[in-house]
Amino acid sequence: MPATTVVSRHSALVRVTHWITALCFFALLVSGLEIVVSHPRFYWGETGNVLTPTLFKLPIPASRSLVPSGYGYVLPDQNGWSRYLHFQAAWVLVLTGLLYVIWGLLTGHFRKSLVPSAADRSWRAFSSAIVSHLRFERPSEAEAWSYNVLQRLTYLFVIFILFPLVIWTGLAMSPGFVSAVPAAVTVLGGQQSARTLHFLVTLALVLFLLVHVVMVCFAGFRSRMRAMITGRVR
Amino acid sequence: MSDLSRRKLITTGLAAAAGVVGLGAAERIAQRYGLIPPDHGGIYGLGETLTYASQRLLTRHSLAREFARSQISNPPLANEMPPLNDAFKRLQAGRFADWRLAVNGMVARPTSFSLDQLKSYPSHTQITMLQCEEGWSYIAEWNGVTLSHVMDAVGTLPQARYVVYYSIDPDWWESIDMADALHPQTFLAYGMNGGDLPVGNGGPLRLRLPRQLGYKSVKFITHMTVTDNLKGFGKGLGSASPEGGYAWYAGI
Repeated sequence: MPATTVVSRHSALVRVTHWITALCFFALLVSGLEIVVSHPRFYWGETGNVLTPTLFKLPIPASRSLVPSGYGYVLPDQNGWSRYLHFQAAWVLVLTGLLYVIWGLLTGHFRKSLVPSAADRSWRAFSSAIVSHLRFERPSEAEAWSYNVLQRLTYLFVIFILFPLVIWTGLAMSPGFVSAVPAAVTVLGGQQSARTLHFLVTLALVLFLLVHVVMVCFAGFRSRMRAMITGRVR
Repeated sequence: MSDLSRRKLITTGLAAAAGVVGLGAAERIAQRYGLIPPDHGGIYGLGETLTYASQRLLTRHSLAREFARSQISNPPLANEMPPLNDAFKRLQAGRFADWRLAVNGMVARPTSFSLDQLKSYPSHTQITMLQCEEGWSYIAEWNGVTLSHVMDAVGTLPQARYVVYYSIDPDWWESIDMADALHPQTFLAYGMNGGDLPVGNGGPLRLRLPRQLGYKSVKFITHMTVTDNLKGFGKGLGSASPEGGYAWYAGI
């Protein structure tokens, strides 16, 4: 066997967990939207229904005739498969995420690749990174091999803040789970608050996804996709 | 064959055998302790089984949250439901004096209860949330008899594993495992917010199962069957919900 050592941009574990996460997130998003359509009204506190005031409503038609949507028609009910798919994708995502986080802690992935380097831990470095983003400067050659400080902070925020929050607010809506862990919902202000927060955290994740995809295109779609699929930069 | 590859072959073989035996044992243990839901087949079986098994391990004895009187939703919500059938209307005309709950199957004393008989048993109260899978919810005070009391009255046999229950509309039926059936908050409710249970909320008799979503709390209960196996009921998926595309276990 020829002894070749190809330096990989992304390790196999990062690549596999990235794409499983992407697939699960897509499934959760589509099924979550279908579920929301059955009651596109949001509340704060413990309870909420068509007889109580809303915090906000989505200006979309509903899949249930009892919900006053302002539209003259009712969408077909898709909640059955949507709920089955939502919870299945959630399980796969959570287990994949656990594998990734445990691996990342054991190998020092977070420390080496995501925590900003000592040189970047200053306001000057941080603000210059923001300025270069605002000027839409193309990333340098070095950035094909390493994340810049804004990227690092964003990924850490998504991995350690947004994903745990979306899982927590999801579990807080489960009557079975909160019977064992009531604090999971009471500290959020109630079951309807948990549902509203679940929706808002999802919006934050969608915003991240949009910016993430735009930045991949901006930095070079082919090379970045190749790196995340095969591990090679060129 | 070199030593190395033989060793590799043997370890791989042993690992594979251990894996197969392990999976088989895990499946047997899961069946033994009731961790596999009746709708475990199909592409969503993995997620359903993980949810049901983990919640059974975590929540077997946990209590649904109860609320203060001041948190009761006012006005209470009566959600949409299909039109009531003629059998119901006849009983309603007689102020439900002839309403019966028949309990049979794997029980020592099959019984047909009148509402008055059920009301003569110790009455319990809970202020719990009814949560619909659609996303809305309300809190009410329910009163009724615990299902475990009714199960004691009929004497469930030791091999009982599920209770199947039917609405007066025969298309509307559900089932729960014995952990839920004997749970202290599982009620046959005949009262709500201090009065009789209104028809719009399932009166004269509905099941209350506050650790699961609303669709398991079937309205207008007339019949219950205790069984050790759900295969003989409908399509064998446990209840009408999976036949309509919804999960059997709704504790999520």
